[in-house]
Amino acid sequence: MSVRGAIFAQFQEVAHRQDRCLSVLRDDTALNDTGLDSLCFAIIVARLEDDLGIDPFSMPEDFPFPGTVGEFVSLYEHALECTTPS
Amino acid sequence: MYDTLLECLGAARYDRRPRLIAPDCVYGAWDLLENAFLDAEALRGCSVLVRTRTQTATALALVDLDGVARRLILCPPELTRRQILDAAAIGEVDAVVTDESSGSSQIPQTSVYAVSERPAMARAAPLPPINTEWVLMTSGTTGTPKLVVHSLSSLSSAIGRNANEADERLWGTFYDIRRYGGLQILLRALAGEALVLPGPDETQAQFLQRAGALGITHISGTPSHWRCALVCKAERLIGPRYIRLSGEIVDQSLLDKLKTFFPSAMLVHAFASTEAGVAFEVTDGQEGFPEEFLRDSHAEADIRVENGTLCVRSNGAAARILGGERAIRRPNGFVDTGDAVEQRDHRFYFVGRKDRTINVGGNKVHPEEVEAVIAKHPDVEMARASMRRNPILGAVVEAEIVLRAVSKADTEGDATQDILDFCKARLDRHKVPAFIRIVTALPLTAGGKMDRNHV
Repeated sequence: MSVRGAIFAQFQEVAHRQDRCLSVLRDDTALNDTGLDSLCFAIIVARLEDDLGIDPFSMPEDFPFPGTVGEFVSLYEHALECTTPS
Repeated sequence: MYDTLLECLGAARYDRRPRLIAPDCVYGAWDLLENAFLDAEALRGCSVLVRTRTQTATALALVDLDGVARRLILCPPELTRRQILDAAAIGEVDAVVTDESSGSSQIPQTSVYAVSERPAMARAAPLPPINTEWVLMTSGTTGTPKLVVHSLSSLSSAIGRNANEADERLWGTFYDIRRYGGLQILLRALAGEALVLPGPDETQAQFLQRAGALGITHISGTPSHWRCALVCKAERLIGPRYIRLSGEIVDQSLLDKLKTFFPSAMLVHAFASTEAGVAFEVTDGQEGFPEEFLRDSHAEADIRVENGTLCVRSNGAAARILGGERAIRRPNGFVDTGDAVEQRDHRFYFVGRKDRTINVGGNKVHPEEVEAVIAKHPDVEMARASMRRNPILGAVVEAEIVLRAVSKADTEGDATQDILDFCKARLDRHKVPAFIRIVTALPLTAGGKMDRNHV
């Protein structure tokens, strides 16, 4: 599964488990408008750490905090590139 | 109250009933008074580390050395060599008493004395007793053990009242007698009741079988001990009329299970700690304790709730920590137990250790509170909640769960989902475990409590 696919799957799974109504996810959707709250994001980040083996929020590189769904996905894509030897 | 264990035994010199029942030997008050099991006089005024393989040998050494040694340090089993060396250094140990034949104490500057489970010599007329410090090690942390100083009188302050009553009591305990909970039962036995001591290699099931055959009437342990005992079908092996729980939070589901399996037993849960002593006993079969305990002036201990934690003032509190900076008692005599409580209706409920709180984005969560809810689920045998670090909220809650053998769920996934839904209906959102793992067993510490250091 692509990184984007893994992330979207977790958005849906966590929204379902947390009884949240998930908005339609587009790249320019603000994270605040996804219908998810900070607890949901905390769980998503932890689940993605288990899935993808990385947690960009705890990495020493100074990534800018994402504001939109697109930025959230690119953060993970970029972090994965940094950790995968080319 | 007696000054020494020998005086206490002497009060019942002609009572022929057994006091200590070991796997291959029985000791009555008379046997303990007439015989010595080690050369105690050689240790007069010494600081002595008691480190034996069997609990019986420690019990006999305590009878011989109380009032003779300056300090008795009780070594629970499963200490590392490093911890023993640390304890010996902090306790300024002069001598080691052991039942092992290896010869060397492995501790620098100390001599070794043997204690035997068979009488070693006739007991000489005792010299005037000195005040012996009894030092217990607390479990919990894996580092340097904490050495808690008691006296025979602080240790036995909660006992006198029930001892020597007409009803004959035969105790068993899941605690090791070298820890506070077990030592309480040993002292009861020496004060007129009786105790079945486990052998060093006996499994819990073997011990229960022997204790059951001997007809034990009273038995004590931690809630974790009892959960394990129910897994090994303790109800088929023993038929006690009194069950005592202490050392950890007691939840209603465990009380209810015990009531089902031991319908005729009186269920008592007590609050006690090595530092604070025994504070109170709850006998109504309900978790928590009634608020009148805070007003009860005739109880042995005064209790109050300060900043949400239970504080206790009693004669059972320890005197001090050896080598420690921190005083045990506050100037007003109260010991802060560090156990957080919450009041609902007219009852207080334990919610967890104050120093174990998980902070989920500013919301406090006690792992014990989460565990208590999970344990109410019919498919759950045991649960452990812990912290998982999280970059967004600082931490989230995760839980490991042992399912009951008779779990109705078809798959682990079904069980997990069902337990999550169960938690969601009963806990605030941030307290619901973000992760649940099904495991086959959860580790206990050597002291019989849920092991929270090895997550």
